[in-house]
Amino acid sequence: MYEHDVIVVGAGGAGLRAAIAAHEEGADVALVTKLHPVRSHTGAAEGGINAALHEEDSWDLHAYDTMKGADYLSDAPAVDTFAQEAPDEVIQLEHWGMPFSREEDGKVSQRPFGGLSFPRTTYAGAETGHHLLHTMYEQVVKRGIEVYDEWYVTNLAVTDHDDPEDRECHGCVAHDIKSGEIAGFHANNGVILATGGLGQVFDHTTNAVANTGDGQAMAYRAGVPIEDMEFVQFHPTTLPSTGVLISEGVRGEGGILYNDEEERLMFEYGYANNDGELASRDVVSRAELTEVNEGRGIEDEYVHLDMRHLGEERILDRLENILHLAEDFEGVDGLDEPMPVKPGQHYEMGGIETDENGETCINGLYAAGECACVSMHGANRLGGNALPELLVFGARAGRDAAGKDLGDAQIPTGPSAESEDGDVDTPVSPGALDSTDGDAVADGGAMADPETVIEDAVAREQERIETLLERDGVNHAEVRDDIQETMTANVNVFREEDNLKQALEDIRKAREQYKHVGVSDPSRTFNTDLIHTIETRNIIDLAEAITLGALAREEFRGAHWRKKHQERKDDEWLKHTMLQWNDGDVNLYYKPVMLEGFDQTYEPKERSY
Amino acid sequence: MSTQIETKETEDEEIEEQSPGERRREIKRQRAENRAKRVEAELDEAEQTRRLKVFRYDPEVEGKEEPRFDDFIVPFHKGMTILDALIYARDHYDSSLTFRHSCRQAVCGSDALFINGKQRLGCKTQVGDLEDPIRIEPLPHQDVVKDLVVDMEHFYDQMHAVEPFFDPDETPDGELEEQRQTPENREYVKMATRCIWCGACMSSCNIAAGDNEYLGPAAINKAYRFAMDEREGENRKQERLRIIEQEHGVWRCQTQFSCTEVCPKDIPLTEHIQELKREAVKNNLKFW
Repeated sequence: MYEHDVIVVGAGGAGLRAAIAAHEEGADVALVTKLHPVRSHTGAAEGGINAALHEEDSWDLHAYDTMKGADYLSDAPAVDTFAQEAPDEVIQLEHWGMPFSREEDGKVSQRPFGGLSFPRTTYAGAETGHHLLHTMYEQVVKRGIEVYDEWYVTNLAVTDHDDPEDRECHGCVAHDIKSGEIAGFHANNGVILATGGLGQVFDHTTNAVANTGDGQAMAYRAGVPIEDMEFVQFHPTTLPSTGVLISEGVRGEGGILYNDEEERLMFEYGYANNDGELASRDVVSRAELTEVNEGRGIEDEYVHLDMRHLGEERILDRLENILHLAEDFEGVDGLDEPMPVKPGQHYEMGGIETDENGETCINGLYAAGECACVSMHGANRLGGNALPELLVFGARAGRDAAGKDLGDAQIPTGPSAESEDGDVDTPVSPGALDSTDGDAVADGGAMADPETVIEDAVAREQERIETLLERDGVNHAEVRDDIQETMTANVNVFREEDNLKQALEDIRKAREQYKHVGVSDPSRTFNTDLIHTIETRNIIDLAEAITLGALAREEFRGAHWRKKHQERKDDEWLKHTMLQWNDGDVNLYYKPVMLEGFDQTYEPKERSY
Repeated sequence: MSTQIETKETEDEEIEEQSPGERRREIKRQRAENRAKRVEAELDEAEQTRRLKVFRYDPEVEGKEEPRFDDFIVPFHKGMTILDALIYARDHYDSSLTFRHSCRQAVCGSDALFINGKQRLGCKTQVGDLEDPIRIEPLPHQDVVKDLVVDMEHFYDQMHAVEPFFDPDETPDGELEEQRQTPENREYVKMATRCIWCGACMSSCNIAAGDNEYLGPAAINKAYRFAMDEREGENRKQERLRIIEQEHGVWRCQTQFSCTEVCPKDIPLTEHIQELKREAVKNNLKFW
């Protein structure tokens, strides 16, 4: 058994920031990660980091933009904390050597981005995430923080109290991919989940193959509520054949969207008469798909993003990376022709419910970054807000886990924050197949001392992995394909009740199929067949959660659109959708949105761009 | 029928009907048949196919302990990358085929491979640009863990050896005050900051192949990225130059340009190494 004060699971932006912060508080920290840190998908973020640095800008404007972009489904204490602390985090990165793009006077450049009232997006070319990731990994190396790379965390070691709010997290179980060893990790102070996105639930996504929502699924099955899962961001500019992201920076610099009649669609059809291409991402994604559905798409699939008029010099200076991406992954020369783009899954706004200190309702279990829902992105995340979020809340989670007193959190967590029972009419029952379903692991382990809790968790994982290895069964890839297909067909940008129900039925079938999966590679050495098979179970649970939330929420808010409910219903729906797993049964409830901030109470207004 | 995981008892009890194990095997047989039909149809339908010859090795699996090449025929479509082809082969023919990959867009650096005799990233190499059959091997000069996966530890050790972190003499005290850097200086180090740690350069380098302690192009480039950054502190810069001009540092480079040629991010690695040689001389440092 390995032992550290703080165990950080995942080593992308949030994980690295958390580890550095915990280390600075004097904790013995370890990063346990299925990919070497520099392979993390934070590295693919292109556009930038929003922070109110300019003297004419202010944090409360940033907070307001964030709340408006979120369609008023954010919790004000999270949004205000975020906007206040983002500038310090950006300057901290600069002091760590991040190669930001610069102005003539040597200051960090800032550019306009969708949904922002001030040009406050700092960036490093169109490869901001790459530089952020490498800069922070360098600081981890400098501090000598221990990294267990290519160790895949498969489960948490949590006590078995009935009420999740009484439970305690003592560590986790991880599988050394290279050797096949399964080992327990004892965290004296806390476990921080920083596992990133879940894009692999869909088949057209900007996310990496590794983004399988492991943290969300593990926390969910340990009893932590997951929040607002139906809010999935579809980025309006991804390359049609691969899902590779074309940064919002292209539109920030002046790129224009055209339909097949070469009309500037955002204005021509009134999708966003003020902000045009720079309207919020959900608005632009719906506009593009409406064009395609109404027959004005190109090849009935995509629209064009044109940046040629910006001129070669400006493109090479600020968007060079985009030229490489368009050339390598779509065979298009962006200097010569417009680039084909369509919406693709990009970001999950929902996730593991935490307070503004990053802690969940289970004592000693934290989450930060995309896998968490604090909640600050609400119904729609603004471009350039994900990187500062993982900095601010990664750092806070790291400090809190290391024992620093950040003050009492205002955001309540756990089922006791319930304000209202949820009820949703589903065609099949969600959750585990039945109580004897071996894959419906009991929420908690034991009510014993930490070592026993961890040893029990290790024994369970060993048994599960042995079963998968020895069982002669179907290949997980087929189950995963079925999920991705139904999610993309039925739980996409436009959502209808019948389709959502169809998806739930398909997911149920996939769950039944999953009982028959087996790993055909018998090797203990670098068995990616095994890793992917374990990931697929996480994908099933999260696909179901997203669909349940989408079916329950009968309104149109932010990224969530329902055909029969095309209006925002503040009287009824200013509340978070919460799902909680009770030993395999799914409990749906709601908790109210907190609109009272530090200096102001946010009044929901019509969201127009 | 019980839905429990297969155990001895349930198998015995359900001997007359179909045991869960049998049922699972039946489903697997059906699925495999369907998949074989689908593959056949896809191959028929595709106007062209390509043959991959893929290196296979697993130290603990019978039949794979001796390295061998397996052939996979994949349907070809325009725009298909080597990574797409490998994923097709894995998901349709052999789920034990093992390779690292994640972002699919040439930024995570996981899938540097030796493809038709050259180090390239699988995800940004077009199948259509290569001669058939396509030979895919793990990166040369590194220990093979399994199939196309190599041990990266030595590469990481060399990267860490140059103390790859920013460490200025002092940072500004003012509230929200950044260090200034001219756009020209930022431009100067820009290419060097693009390294994705894929290891292609190190694998292509003859010197690194013969001298295991040679820092190698990626690590020296990392040192360059800091040494040429005007924000770096003077003491740290001297320290860094001392590291790269030691016995297994910059002077080992014989300017063969193989690293520069294979770098998927077009970093002028050889030039950076040459420049650091000049920098070391300028600083009048003692040669080894």
